[in-house]
Amino acid sequence: MWSRATFDIEAGSFTAILGPNGSGKTTLIRTILGRLAPSAGKLEVFGRTPRRGDPTIGYVPQRPVFDPELSIRGRDFVELGFDGHRWGVRLVGRARAAAAAEASLDAVGAGDYSDQPLGRLSGGEQQRMLLAQALVGSPRLLLMDEPLSYLDVRNQRAMVQLIRDVARRRELTVLLIAHDVNPLLPHIDHVLYMAAGKVSMGTPAEIITTERLSEIYSSPVEVVRDSRGRVFVVGLEEEASHPHG
Amino acid sequence: MVDAALHLTITNPTPSWNPFDDLAMLFHYDFMIHAFQAGTIVAIVAGSIGYFVVLRGSAFAAHALSHIGFAGAAGAIVAGVSPVVGLLAFTLGSGAAIGALGNRLRGRDVTIGIVLAWTLGLGVLFISLYRGYATEAYALLFGEILGISERDVVVTLIAGVITLVALVVVYRPLLFSSVDEELASAKGVPITLLSVAFMAILAVAVTEAVQVVGVLLIFALIVTPAAIAIRFTSHPPYAIGIGVGLALLFTWLGLSVAYFSPHPVSFFITSLAFATYLGVRLSEPVRRALS
Repeated sequence: MWSRATFDIEAGSFTAILGPNGSGKTTLIRTILGRLAPSAGKLEVFGRTPRRGDPTIGYVPQRPVFDPELSIRGRDFVELGFDGHRWGVRLVGRARAAAAAEASLDAVGAGDYSDQPLGRLSGGEQQRMLLAQALVGSPRLLLMDEPLSYLDVRNQRAMVQLIRDVARRRELTVLLIAHDVNPLLPHIDHVLYMAAGKVSMGTPAEIITTERLSEIYSSPVEVVRDSRGRVFVVGLEEEASHPHG
Repeated sequence: MVDAALHLTITNPTPSWNPFDDLAMLFHYDFMIHAFQAGTIVAIVAGSIGYFVVLRGSAFAAHALSHIGFAGAAGAIVAGVSPVVGLLAFTLGSGAAIGALGNRLRGRDVTIGIVLAWTLGLGVLFISLYRGYATEAYALLFGEILGISERDVVVTLIAGVITLVALVVVYRPLLFSSVDEELASAKGVPITLLSVAFMAILAVAVTEAVQVVGVLLIFALIVTPAAIAIRFTSHPPYAIGIGVGLALLFTWLGLSVAYFSPHPVSFFITSLAFATYLGVRLSEPVRRALS
């Protein structure tokens, strides 16, 4: 998928993973989660080889919406994030799971609708539930796969702000896959750009420029700004769908 | 009439409308006691597992399991062994295969449907090969709760306890993977193992329930109570509780009404389930307006 990629993610930083479809963003997340092993090379999370079920990692999968018929309370979902991997029914740990879920729901401001069925919540509310679920085990690393892609612009802004605030308060390292860098620009420390089999990392100002991206990918890439200051990267999509050798 | 050597008139018992007398009448015969015992066990198991069937969107798989089981049971009759053996073998085998196909796999239902059609064909062949009465086949298709022996009740109880214990063991990870497979997998939940285990538990539950309602009517006890329950609560333990309660109610009422009527028990159980579901769905706009 990509080769010769070496990068470190600073603890406590907020990094956006950008790049066209099929460039390996989700593959990277899955590798960090220990669900895929790198075919060559090494990846370490807090100095250790990734393994499935690592409690130091909170994960928000790519989830457009839940099935509207899904009849389980948001609160139950967050509790499952806490101890859903354990066998049996909750007997002694019930109070602990409930308290952990409550704290997590409060942290994302989802307490008000946590007793409603997950399937009936709005897209923004569902993303907050997913975030609450990811935070419930007090992780140190937060992995989010396109948490913004299915939200409208207003909700996108609120969500990024929330992620930023929670991450600061809990001293979390955040790795977030995004399709569009714009709602993230005011908040992120780094971008990890993946395209055409290459990975490059730096601050947004360093990486997202016509010169730098063209140089990295040795093909004409253009960074365009519109009248409202929004950034668009043109020219990488084709590279991804027709990779060279 | 005058010259008849033997004259027999069969009349149905009529309710006295005195609840104590009627209850005494209901439990007067052993076959009714056995029916109530087996029906109660089956209702508890079916109501519990039904919640997961509905949550996982496996209603069709549950339905298919019972029909595939029909071929197994018919084959067992031809082979001269107990139909329950064939039923269990076929439901377990196909359950494990369906489980291994994965829960959310696109096209899974198409695959199930194709296998289902073929096994029903097999079932027809077995029935034609069996030169006995059609009553055995009839009992499989529509249930024969009034023909349950004391030994059957014990077997049902053992199977029921096994299914419930298994369900308790897998409860949390099963719930997790039913709600979000991707997340559960990332947390280390063995998705495929759970999926196979769930279908195996369901296979045993279906085999039990077939005695009461038959393969064609299995929906009434497994899917309908749970489908009603989740319209009232999205709190999983409550939903399971309501589902079990409804399954018990349908079974008990169905048995009681059928006792005083010439019509089959299965008809009353399925009709009660359907009428309740219909009533709940139709009253939803009203209840929403009131709340």
